[in-house]
Amino acid sequence: MDNGYVTVDGNEATARVAFSTNEVIAIYPITPSSTMGELADAWAAAGQSNVFDVIPQVVQMQSEGGAAGALHGSLQGGALSTTFTASQGLLLMIPNMFKIAGELTSAVIHVAARSLATHALSIFGDHSDVMSVRSTGFALLSSASVQEAHDFAMISQSATLRARVPFLHFFDGFRTSHEVNKIEPLSDDDIRSLLDMESVWAHRNRSLDPDRPVLRGTAQNPDVFFQAREAANPFYDAACDIVQQEMDRFAERTGRQYKLFEYVGAPDADRVIVMMGSGIGAAEEAVEAMNQAGEKVGLLKVRLFRPFDVTRFLAEFPKTTRRVVVLDRTKEPGAIGEPLYQDVITAIAEGWDPQAERTPLVTGGRYGLGSKEFTPAMVIAVLDHLATDNPKRHFTIGIHDDVSLTSLPWDEERFNEPDDVTRAVFYGLGSDGTVGANKNSVKIVGENTPLYAQGYFVYDSRKAGSTTVSHLRFSPRPINSTYLIRKASFVACHQFELLRRMDVLETAEPNGTFLLNSPFSADEVWDHLPVEMQKQILDKNLDFYVIDAAKIARDVNMAGRINVVMQTCFFALAKVLPIDEAIEQIKTAIEKTYGKRGPAVVEKNLNAVSASVAALQQVTVPASTEGDQHMLQPVPDFAPDFVKRVTGMIISGKGDLLPVSAFPVDGTFPTGTATYEKRNIADMIPVWDPDICIECGLCALVCPHAAIRTKRFDAAELANAPENFLARLSKPNSEPQTALTVQVTPEDCTGCGVCVNVCPAKSKEVVKHKSIDMMPKADHFDVEKERYEFFATIPDVDRSTVKSNTVKGSQLMLPLFEFSGACAGCGETPYLKLLSQLFGDRMVVANATGCSSIYGGNLPTTPWSTNAEGRGPAWSNSLFEDNAEFGLGIRLAIDGKRDRANHLLSELSEEIGLELATEFLYATQNNEQDILSQRGRIARLKEVLRSVDDPDARELERIADSLVDRSMWIIGGDGWAYDIDFGGVDHVLSTGRNVNLLVLDTGVYSNTGGQASKATPRAATAKFAAFGREAHRKDMGQMAIAYGSVYVAQIAMGANPAQAIKAFHEAESFPGPSLILAYSHCIAHGIDMTSAMSHQKDLVKSGFWPLYRYDPRNARKGEHPFRLDSKKPSIPFKEVAMKEARFAMLARSKPDRARELMKLAQRDIDETYSYYSQLADVDREFTDLTP
Amino acid sequence: MSIDLSTTYLGLKLDSPLIASASPLTGDVDSVRKLEQAGASAVVLPSLFEEQIDHERREVERLHEFQADSMAESLSFFPEMEYNLGPDEYLKTLAEAISSVKIPVIASLNGATRGGWVHHAQLMEQAGASAVELNIYFIPTERNANGNDVENQYCELIAAVSETVHIPVGVKVGPYFTSLPDVVRRFVQAGADGLVLFNRYLAPDIDLDSLTFEPALKLSTPDELRVALRWIAILRDQIDASIAATGGVHNVEDVVKSLLVGADAVMMATILLQKGRDYLGELRTGLTRWLEEHEYESVEQIKGSMSINRCANPEGLNRANYMKALTSYTTPE
Repeated sequence: MDNGYVTVDGNEATARVAFSTNEVIAIYPITPSSTMGELADAWAAAGQSNVFDVIPQVVQMQSEGGAAGALHGSLQGGALSTTFTASQGLLLMIPNMFKIAGELTSAVIHVAARSLATHALSIFGDHSDVMSVRSTGFALLSSASVQEAHDFAMISQSATLRARVPFLHFFDGFRTSHEVNKIEPLSDDDIRSLLDMESVWAHRNRSLDPDRPVLRGTAQNPDVFFQAREAANPFYDAACDIVQQEMDRFAERTGRQYKLFEYVGAPDADRVIVMMGSGIGAAEEAVEAMNQAGEKVGLLKVRLFRPFDVTRFLAEFPKTTRRVVVLDRTKEPGAIGEPLYQDVITAIAEGWDPQAERTPLVTGGRYGLGSKEFTPAMVIAVLDHLATDNPKRHFTIGIHDDVSLTSLPWDEERFNEPDDVTRAVFYGLGSDGTVGANKNSVKIVGENTPLYAQGYFVYDSRKAGSTTVSHLRFSPRPINSTYLIRKASFVACHQFELLRRMDVLETAEPNGTFLLNSPFSADEVWDHLPVEMQKQILDKNLDFYVIDAAKIARDVNMAGRINVVMQTCFFALAKVLPIDEAIEQIKTAIEKTYGKRGPAVVEKNLNAVSASVAALQQVTVPASTEGDQHMLQPVPDFAPDFVKRVTGMIISGKGDLLPVSAFPVDGTFPTGTATYEKRNIADMIPVWDPDICIECGLCALVCPHAAIRTKRFDAAELANAPENFLARLSKPNSEPQTALTVQVTPEDCTGCGVCVNVCPAKSKEVVKHKSIDMMPKADHFDVEKERYEFFATIPDVDRSTVKSNTVKGSQLMLPLFEFSGACAGCGETPYLKLLSQLFGDRMVVANATGCSSIYGGNLPTTPWSTNAEGRGPAWSNSLFEDNAEFGLGIRLAIDGKRDRANHLLSELSEEIGLELATEFLYATQNNEQDILSQRGRIARLKEVLRSVDDPDARELERIADSLVDRSMWIIGGDGWAYDIDFGGVDHVLSTGRNVNLLVLDTGVYSNTGGQASKATPRAATAKFAAFGREAHRKDMGQMAIAYGSVYVAQIAMGANPAQAIKAFHEAESFPGPSLILAYSHCIAHGIDMTSAMSHQKDLVKSGFWPLYRYDPRNARKGEHPFRLDSKKPSIPFKEVAMKEARFAMLARSKPDRARELMKLAQRDIDETYSYYSQLADVDREFTDLTP
Repeated sequence: MSIDLSTTYLGLKLDSPLIASASPLTGDVDSVRKLEQAGASAVVLPSLFEEQIDHERREVERLHEFQADSMAESLSFFPEMEYNLGPDEYLKTLAEAISSVKIPVIASLNGATRGGWVHHAQLMEQAGASAVELNIYFIPTERNANGNDVENQYCELIAAVSETVHIPVGVKVGPYFTSLPDVVRRFVQAGADGLVLFNRYLAPDIDLDSLTFEPALKLSTPDELRVALRWIAILRDQIDASIAATGGVHNVEDVVKSLLVGADAVMMATILLQKGRDYLGELRTGLTRWLEEHEYESVEQIKGSMSINRCANPEGLNRANYMKALTSYTTPE
C-alpha cells in the first residue's frame, strides 16, 4: 500500500530536512513560515533526533531579529543551526545576515517568500522579501515546487557546509509552502550520505572555544576594511561550482538532477522567458503547449540567483534566442527594472557571445505580487507580446492597469489543462472540515496509488464563518500546475447557503459533475437554487447530485462535520479510483488519521462513509429555470459609491477583476464599511424577552460583534415603530417617558451565544428561559430584521447625559467598532468596541499587526466606523515590531498641532475676544459634557475667525478641531507587547507622553495559530511549547509599575466589567502613559467560547488573573497608588485550568510533567497574591515633574 | 483463642473481610501499598469510565478540528501531541499495583457500549487484575424506557463480559429494582460471580446561585448500610454467589452486622478517607475482639447467621418493619 511517497506541503517538506540536519533551531512565528517552526518544536518535544542522533534544540525568540541573533551566536558556537522566516521577519534578520555572511559561516535560512508590507500588509507570496536581502552575501536558492523545497533544503545545507557561503533557501509563500503535493522523501541515510562530514567538522572547529581562542567581529579602519572585505571573494567564486557539484551528487543518490539554471522548451527557440519560483510550473506548461502548437519558445528556470553564475546562465540559452522576457515577482518602485531583469540584462551585456550577430532584446515584467494568480495563459500572453514589433520594455501581467497602462492583456481561453487530469473544486466553510477532508483525499491517492495528487486551498480572511475553496488535481504525471483550477470536471459545494453568495459553478466545465450538500432532496432542490445557477447547470449540461450530508452527520453523531460524507461522495462520483477501492482507502485513512483519537471517533467516521453512497441522489435536471431565488447583492444599493464599486466586488470574490484605477494610491480606505457586508453566518440568534430584562447592559457589553445593542430613547419614537417592535417603557409619570430596547442585528450576529451566557435575568417560572435566549434564526429572521431596521433609525442617546462609567450607561453609547470578522465569541473585540463607545469620536488607533489588525483592517471591510457626525476612530497599522513607537509618533504630531492651536489662540486672543479665549484657557475636557462644550466653543471660534483678516487666523481655522483632546490608543496583542516590541513599549512608557497602551492579552500569538509568547502561562501547552510552557508568565504590569509614573491596570471584562470600564476611563484621563492588560479569551485556549466570559470569573477567583489598578495620581494625593481589585484566590487553579484544553492537554499527554508544572503554577499564583497584597499597602511618592 | 478472619470473596481467598473499595485512596500505587500494610484484604481500584475516555477522545478531536483549516494564517491552534486518552494510564496503575502488593487487586469498570465493556474487561484481565467489578449505572430518563428492557441490558452485558474473561466478575448495582431477588438471580445466571451491594448513585445537587445542577460528592453515612443489610439478608440464601456489603460500613458493628446478614466481605471508602488508612487496623482488631467476646471462632461461622432463613425474626425484614417503625414514631409510649 505504502508506495514510499509522502504527500506534504512545502513547509513540511523543508522542515523535515532542516530538522534532520541541524542542532540548533531558532524560531519565531510569521506567516506563511510558522509551520516549519511548529513542526520542529513538536518533533523535538516528541524526542525525535536528527541524523547526528541528537534532538535539536529548538528555541523560540522574541522576534526574528532575536532569532537571527541566536542563529548567529549558535553558529559561532559551532552548532549546525537554522531558522525559518518570511517577509518582515526576514527584514529583521538582515543585520545578522550581513554578519553571518561576512564571517563566511555555513548556515541555511529557509524562507517561505512573502510580500513586504507597503501600502498594505499581505500575508501572501512574492519575492519582495528575499529580493531585499540580495546584498547580504547570502546565496539565494529558489525552489519552485514542494519536491524542490525538500530537495533544495538538502542541497543548500550540503552546499553551505562546503562553500562556507550561507544560504537562503526560499520557496513561494502559500503557493509552495501550503500546497500539498506528492513527493519522494529523502531517507536519513540519503541525508547522511549527502552531508560532507569533513565540512561539518570544519564548521564545528571554527567555533569560539577558549581552548583555541580567536577574535571575530573586529572594528576596522579605512586602511584595511576594504581589502579585508574583498578577502572573501574566492569563496563566492567557488560557490556556484560547489552548488552544481552538490546537485550532481544529489542526482546520483536520488535520480533527481537539478542545475543552477535549466532550460526547457524548443532547442531552437527564438523567444525565452526567464523566471524563478513557483510560477515556473505554470510557465513550463505554457511553453510546452505553445511549442506543440508550432511555436519556438523556451523557459529558463533560475534556481541559484546569488551568486549569479553568468557563464552557466548564458550557456543555457539556445543560440537562436532573439528575444528574452524576464518575469520578476517583486516591485522596486523607481528602479530601471526589477532585480532578476537587471541581472539578466547585465549578464547578457557582460557575457553574450561576442561573435553573435547581436544580443537579444530583453524585456521585463512583474507578475504575481501578493500571490496574484499566475497562469499559463498569462505566460502565453507574455511570449505572444514579446513577438510583436514593439514589445513593452516594462510591463505587468495578471492585472488590468488602466492608470499607468503597464499591463498586458491575456486570454484564459488560450490554455487548457490536459484531459487526463482530474480537477476538482470544493466550496466549504472553515468550520465544516472540507479542507481537512481534501488534504486527506490527496494523501489517500498520493500515498496509496500510482497517481499524483495536488491540493491547494484558498481561505478568505474572516475568522468567523470563513469560506474555503479547495483545488485538487489528480494525474498520472507529477503535477506542477501552480495555479488555481479554472475548469473543473468536478465541483462540490459543501454548504447550501453559499449558493446565493458565491458563483460556485464558475469553475465547472461543460458536462462536468456538480455535487451539492443540500437539505432538499433531488426532487425538491431545483427551485431552491438561484436562477443564475440553474442556468449554468443547464448551459453547461452538468450532472447534478445532491446529498443531505448534514443529516447523515447528525445520524452518526458528528453534527456539523460533513467532511467524510462529502469526501466519500467525491470518490463515488469523480472516479479517480474505482469506488470500492476508494472506500477501502478512505476507511484505512480514517483508521490512520483518527486511530489515535480512539475507536469511537473512528467508528463514527466509518459509519459516515457507509451511509454516504447510498444517500447520494442524482437530480433529474428540468428543462428550464424555475423559482425566484437569485444571487444576493454583495452590498446594498444604498451603500456609498466606493463600497459598491470596489468593496462589493471584493466581497463577491471578484476582486481580481478590479483595475488599478479602482484603488486609492496610498492605501487609504474609508471606515465604517463592515455594516454593508451582511454575512448572515449564525444559525441561532439571541431573541429578547423584555418582560424579564433588568436593563443591565451586559449582553451588549460582551458582544464581540456589536450585534446586540441597547438604546434608550424618547417613548414618542415608538409611534413610528413597526407593530412587533419591543421596548421597555419607563414609569408613565417620568418626564419625558423613555423606552429601552435591546436589539439584535440578525444579519451580523455570529451566533456565539456569549450574550445569553452572561445574561443574569432568568425567568422565575422556567429557569432555562432568560431575558435573551438563543433561537433558530430562520424562525426569527424577518421579524428581527424589521425591528433592527427601525432600531437603527432611532436617534442615538445624548452622550452628555449618559453615565459612561457604568456598564449600563456605556452600552447606551454608539459602538464605533462593529460587525468585525473576528472569531465567534472573540475575547478581544468587546474591549475595542467598549473603547470605541467611550472615546471613539476622538480616538486615534495605532494597531500592531495581529488578530486585531486583521479583523480591524483586512479588506474587504473594516469594523471601525463613524457616528452620525462622521466622526470616529482613525486607524492605522504600521508593523508588528514598532507599534508602540508608531503610536507615540502619532501622539507627538497631535500634541504639536494642539500646542500650535493653543499658541495661535493666545496670539489672536484680542481678535477672538478675551472672553472666548479665556474660556478656552480654562476649559476642561474631563467628561462628555466638557467635550460637547469644547466642540461648541470651537464652532464659535471658527465663526469668529472667519471675520479676522490674519494668516494666523487662517491657520487656526484649519487646526482648531485639534483643541478637542485626542485619545491615543496603542493596541496590540501580547506577542507585540511582551515580545517583539517590548523594548518599544518600555521606551514609550518611559516618555511620560499621554498615550494609552491596550494589550489584548490572549497569552499566545493568536493570529498565527497559537504559538507561545512570554505571556503564555506556566503549564499551558501552545505551539512552540508542545512540552508545556515552563517559564512563569511575564508580569508586564509590575514592570510598568516600577516606573511609578505609568498608569497600569489589569482587567478582565468577564470577571469584573465595572472595573474594566473604570480602568479605561482612568487610563484615558491620566495625562501620562497608561498600560492596560486586558485578559482576552481565545479559541487558542481550547475553551467553550460561549461561556468564556463567565469562565473569566473563575480565572480571577483562582488568582490566575488578579485585577488591579495602579494610578500615580493617587500617590500624588498621598493615597496608596496600587489597588488590588480582586479577592484572595478562593478556588484551586487546577480546577479552573482543566476547563481549558491548553492546560488539560498536557495532563493527558504528559501527566507527570503536567502535575509538576501545575504545582508550580499554583505557587506562582499564591506568591503573586501575597506580593500584590503587600503592594496594596505600599506608599509611593510621585516624583515626576509632569504631568 | 485465635479467631480466623479469613473469607472467600469472588473465589478469592482473603485474610479478612475488610476490602478497600474504589476511592481516591485506591487510585495510586503508593496508596494501595499503604492500604495493604494497614490491613486491607483486597483493594478495588476506582472505576475506569469508558464514557469519559470516549468523551475525552472526542473532545481532543473537536479541539483539533475546531477552527482548523479555516484561516490562511492559522491552520491549527494546538500542537499535535501524543495523548494518553485510552485506558493505558489506568492499566498501567493496575499492573503496578498488582506487582507491588500481595493482596488481590480488583479492577472496576463502568462501560458505555457493549463492545467497550468487554474490551476493557479483557484489558484488565490481561493487566493481571484478580477480578473485575462491573459498576453498572443506568439512569432511564424517557417515559417509554421499559424496566424489563433495562434489566435485560444489565444481564446481557454481564453475560458478554463473563463469557469473555476468565477472572471472577463482580457486579455492583444500586437497590432500585422492582424485584431485587429476581434481578439478582438473573445477574448470577448471566455469569456474575458476586454482587456488591449497593452502588451509591451520587445524585447531583442544585447550586442556588446559578440555579444549575452540579455534581456533588457526598460521603456515605452509617445509616445507609441498613438498606444493604436488609437485602443481603434476603438474598443470601437464594443466590449462589459472593456478596460484598458496601455503602455506610463505618465501624466494627457495621462489619459485624454485614457478616451476620451474609456478606462475604465489606467494602469501605468513606471511613478510610475520614479516619485514614490505618483505621483498617483498628477495625481488624475490633472485629477480632467482638468475635472473641461473643465467642465466635471464625468469620465463616458468623457469615449469614442472620440471613432470612436463619434469623429469629424474618418478618423484621419485610414490610412489617416499615409499619413498626411508623407506629413507634407516631405513637408515643
